[in-house]
Amino acid sequence: MRLKMSLLCAFALARIVSAETMRVQVQSGQVRGTPSFLGQVITTLPYGQAVEITGAQGAWTQVRTPDGKTGWMNSSALTTKKISTRTGGNVSAGASGNELALAGKGFNADVEAQFKAQHAEVDFACVDRMVKMNASPSEIDAFAKAGGLKQTGGEQ
Amino acid sequence: MKRHLTPLYGCALAAALLPTGCSTVAQYGTMAGQAAGVITADQAQSINRSAVAMEKTFQDITPEQEYYIGRSVAATVLATYRPYDQAALNQYLTVLGQTLAQYSDKPETFGGYHFLVIETEEVNAFAAPGGLILVSRGLLRCCRSEDALAAVLAHEIGHVQNQHGLRAIKKGRLNAALTTLAVEAGKNLAGESLAEVTKAFEGSITDISSTLMNSGYARTLEHDADAAAVQILSRAGYNPKALVDMLGQMKTRIGVETGRGFGKTHPSPDVRIEHVRTLIGAQLAAAVPAARQRRFNDAIGMIR
Repeated sequence: MRLKMSLLCAFALARIVSAETMRVQVQSGQVRGTPSFLGQVITTLPYGQAVEITGAQGAWTQVRTPDGKTGWMNSSALTTKKISTRTGGNVSAGASGNELALAGKGFNADVEAQFKAQHAEVDFACVDRMVKMNASPSEIDAFAKAGGLKQTGGEQ
Repeated sequence: MKRHLTPLYGCALAAALLPTGCSTVAQYGTMAGQAAGVITADQAQSINRSAVAMEKTFQDITPEQEYYIGRSVAATVLATYRPYDQAALNQYLTVLGQTLAQYSDKPETFGGYHFLVIETEEVNAFAAPGGLILVSRGLLRCCRSEDALAAVLAHEIGHVQNQHGLRAIKKGRLNAALTTLAVEAGKNLAGESLAEVTKAFEGSITDISSTLMNSGYARTLEHDADAAAVQILSRAGYNPKALVDMLGQMKTRIGVETGRGFGKTHPSPDVRIEHVRTLIGAQLAAAVPAARQRRFNDAIGMIR
């Protein structure tokens, strides 16, 4: 009985802790003033950054950043998994083993460089050009409007 | 009388007893084993290594790792297929593709969705993990409207959001790489470990690239991507029946095609059409604004 109570208590404690925090799982986590891709970006957070969850609306999650700003992130940019970040090739101190397994070590820029060195035929220059091609949220909105599409912004 | 712990003390005790760095039963076990002096640290590491290995799946790949896998897969595909350097066409594809991504279940990936036309008459398209999507001129020729092209891109976005590429990595390979990473965590990878991880990385790239270019995904995954496409098209306001129209055109074109391409890597257009029809049901299509067809003609006209 006592053991049961203790376990329940521990689980409840873990739930409370994990329910409030999520981490950024994209390279550049954009926090917006309103729950829409058309909302103004108020700050950008790095991969792995923990944020406090304060609300939700459709596909958007309201977050509080470590410096106290409140805004909205698309839920696909956040994860409940722990992601540790690297600092100059070193995993940040204080992370647990499970976090480290999920850290950005391994399949990263260093390994890409090794792979590239061994495969002269693969075309990373083209990939680098490709990842620079982007449409801004306002271009996307104008494109959707001109083509008679539904409202953009990811509110649905 | 023996003093009983109150639930509050019990809670604190339970919390204190939970090892923070362990997530697996094996890890708890080996910790206990070491503490009791039954097994050595080396033995513990070996047990943990195999336990970790058993638990690794494509879902253990982090978004950052997925991004780097996708870059190398795209770079590998681009060693076989050259880019079609037509800025206006690629820009149109980018705006259309990134618009569609906003209506998907996964609008944001680590590095975002990016699109490029490749120079081949083959009917083909490739979605590298993380969102690098390559579409052939031959496939563009199967599209008679922006709605049909949207269907092609939405299908590829479906592969990305469902992480189909990562599933093509052979299981043993992932175990080896992620286990090395888990065991070596906290150190800078160097020498043998770096070589081991690079080898697993290289193998993963080969697994995915050859699935994309030669063997194709399982039929169920193609149907999943079609289902995602129908959903994205409907949410965006495109006519999902355009997917059926595009598949009809594809059927005509791949009929004369030999060797590589969708004819080899995808279920037959007829099978896909039948499946897509059951998904669409009796949806009514809205009229297509003239401006939509005009911009499509302007962009695609140059490859006709």
